[in-house]
Amino acid sequence: MLDKIKFYQTGSNTVGNRLLNPSMRAIQASADRPNGLISGHRACQGCGEALGARYAIDAAMRATGGQIVVVNATGCLEVFSTPYPESAWQLPWIHSLFGNAAAVGSGVAAAMKIRAQKSGNTNVPRVIAQGGDGGTTDIGFGPLSGMFERNDDVLYICYDNEAYMNTGVQRSSATPPSARTATTQLVGEHPGADWGKGKDVPLIAMAHGIPYVATATVADLRDLEAKVTKAMSFHGARYIQILTPCPLGWGTASGSTVTCARMAMETGFFPVYEAEYGKITSVRKIRQKQPVINYLKLQRRFAHLTGKKADPNVVARLQALCDTNIKNFGLLGDDEPQLTPAAIQSYERSNRV
Amino acid sequence: MMKKSFAVTLDPATSLANHTGSWRTLRPVNVFKLPPCNKQCPAGENIQQWLYYAAEGDYEHAWRILTEENPFPACMGRVCYHTCEGKCNRGFLDESVGINSVERFLGDYAIEHNLAFKRPVRETGKKVLIVGAGPAGLAAAYHLRRFGHTVHVVEASAEAGGMMRYGIPTYRLPRNVLDAEIKRLTDMGITIECGRKIEDIEAEKKAGKYDAVILGVGAGLSQNVDIPQGDTNHVLNALKVLGDIETTGEIQIARRVAVYGGGNTAVDVARSLRRLGAEPMIVYRRNRDKMPANKEEMDAAIEEGIQVKWLSTITGATKESIKIEKMELDETGYPQPTGEFEELPADAVVLAVGQNIDKSAIEKLKDLKFQKDAVVVDEQDMSTNMEGYFAAGDMATSDRTVTHAIGMGKTAARGVNAYLKGSKYQKPQKHEDAKFEDMHPWYYSEAPKMIRPELEVARRTQTFDEVQHGLTEENAVFEARRCLSCGNCMECDNCYGVCPDSAVIKLGPGKGYEFNYDYCKGCGVCAQECPCGHIKMVPEKI
Repeated sequence: MLDKIKFYQTGSNTVGNRLLNPSMRAIQASADRPNGLISGHRACQGCGEALGARYAIDAAMRATGGQIVVVNATGCLEVFSTPYPESAWQLPWIHSLFGNAAAVGSGVAAAMKIRAQKSGNTNVPRVIAQGGDGGTTDIGFGPLSGMFERNDDVLYICYDNEAYMNTGVQRSSATPPSARTATTQLVGEHPGADWGKGKDVPLIAMAHGIPYVATATVADLRDLEAKVTKAMSFHGARYIQILTPCPLGWGTASGSTVTCARMAMETGFFPVYEAEYGKITSVRKIRQKQPVINYLKLQRRFAHLTGKKADPNVVARLQALCDTNIKNFGLLGDDEPQLTPAAIQSYERSNRV
Repeated sequence: MMKKSFAVTLDPATSLANHTGSWRTLRPVNVFKLPPCNKQCPAGENIQQWLYYAAEGDYEHAWRILTEENPFPACMGRVCYHTCEGKCNRGFLDESVGINSVERFLGDYAIEHNLAFKRPVRETGKKVLIVGAGPAGLAAAYHLRRFGHTVHVVEASAEAGGMMRYGIPTYRLPRNVLDAEIKRLTDMGITIECGRKIEDIEAEKKAGKYDAVILGVGAGLSQNVDIPQGDTNHVLNALKVLGDIETTGEIQIARRVAVYGGGNTAVDVARSLRRLGAEPMIVYRRNRDKMPANKEEMDAAIEEGIQVKWLSTITGATKESIKIEKMELDETGYPQPTGEFEELPADAVVLAVGQNIDKSAIEKLKDLKFQKDAVVVDEQDMSTNMEGYFAAGDMATSDRTVTHAIGMGKTAARGVNAYLKGSKYQKPQKHEDAKFEDMHPWYYSEAPKMIRPELEVARRTQTFDEVQHGLTEENAVFEARRCLSCGNCMECDNCYGVCPDSAVIKLGPGKGYEFNYDYCKGCGVCAQECPCGHIKMVPEKI
């Protein structure tokens, strides 16, 4: 009787709920979740990356029965989780260089396969390579593309906090236009990061025609868990980009991490979707649409767009950018997505936003 | 000591050695806030809590929590004007939670499953006399009995229930429901003596060796207004009409009746007369906005075809007509005569312009202090100026609803209990208010309110059958699950899930969560993402 009655109080928007059948709760809701990344790590207060990494790795551990090896690129995640000799990881974890996580991942995957073959074990441990946006979209991009091109059996997770946070918030190719970073100061005619620069790695990954590509944020846990679980059901190269707000680099209150990621989704600033073999198969619809200003005003890196001296044209341009995402990916209502959305930078470069 | 590889000097260790809790400047704590429904409830019900259990399908537990404050859920679920719903935070999202309909479901469930109140575990041996078996007196009796006191209730009318029996028509409150809930009180050892009016309460107290008395005689006298009339037989009072319908079931009244007044009694009379085949018309001196009657009751009256004459006073009545004067509202909202008159056909007038206390019942209590039309009481414990005498219900207030009476009965019982122990009852400090702004509404999904089915309008003009039906179990649980659980944990696991430091400990079903202050960095994500505002960040003592 009670199972038949849907749970309307919070629907499936919260992590778990006492009224939900345990099988319908998020992995993070269970008291015996794997906790791949445990307490005591030295991430800043409210770190989105620490949260995203635990969400993703726990989901992957559940999906594979804990048979996971993680290869980590240099970056915040590597530094805060493993100050010598301590480790916050509860699974095999390797770090080599900043740019070679994908290549090391490919190698580990090959080694695991050979080892299993030699020992006659059919249970081949799976490999996850992970890094920040700097190690993924800039420095590690060559090895990443190589891993995709060879279709190596690695899931690559990029924790996208939109700049090089570990070294002091320098701009990366994932930094959004107008954002302040240490290298794109609020000076000159066009304060903040330039327009018409950067790259859209999820779309580039899709262009490789690999089995699975997805984007996710720390604000939609069930979506994130479902995507990681689904990614582990594929063999071959897979790529997930998770938006992980950085309180320090973005200038947000430490408690606003999840709220900020939610705003990025609900404004259309960060489109959340998944694609199989180069084609978009589903998008996460916006639940309560918000104007982009509500996202910007949470963050001091956009403070020049929200104060009295704000240039309304820039805000309008950012809004147009969100609207373009909404249109291209069909983020609202029953909209059908366009089949091959172009990289958002193309709109900037052609002055269409 | 293990043999180490080249350049390795330390043993591997876990980050658990690093107690990041020392970084904290703010600390998350669980706070329990007062939901707006609980705050509003005149009977002081813990609505949020009983909805919590109803949502789980544990109806008996929900009913037990409910009846800790109010012994009449089935009656309340029908006649309470549920002002709680007007304050419900869900109203900011879509529509307020149908608290009243869930209450009725629980009340009906308890009757259907013969749930009984527990008898007190020990008897105190103290005796309390309660004068009047209305909602206030019965509620007081119930709470005193729970404390273990011996309670005797004396009622002047033929049956217990007070205004619930003689004032509220059966289409709103079927008597079998009332009887069942009163029987539950007598089952726990309360004695009710009906049909005896106590002439001298002080003598009765002395003779019966009562330790305290609670007065709850109500306000059973209809107020009069002077209407020049040719034939006196045609002006009746509302309580008499309602009482006659209850006791004899029949009443001889004309076809066209003007009901004078704008309160709930006026609406009750008009709707009752409609069911007896009359064509009542409500005459009220102000407009709909200023009308004190409950909106839903008034809507139902209009639906049933009852005419209303707004902004009118009756200035005279003859055998076949009434003379009314048109009014207009001044800036303060008070009606002023315009000097325009109108004649309307009406065979009788029923006055429903207010009620007074029947002071003859308590006239022997010479020292009792009155103010205007009410006994002066200390609102903390409902004590009067006479030691050992407490008062509750309509005789002690101007807010005359059943729910208020039940709330006052409860307070009086607590006052008496404290008095019998030689102290004075103080209402406990309330928790901080749970405001909508402190909550995180994004997490709540859309869910439309469940509407209770109603008797078809066509049938309502002929029978006194109950108009509003109850919700099915499915709909009642749905409705309970719409509760936002303002300011109190509902175990959604959000804090546990969103902590970047895994510093929230899940204690298991029904036990909630705990913070691991060894690792909690005080970032505040849990507090911000808690849907119901149960977590608060407080400065760390440095």
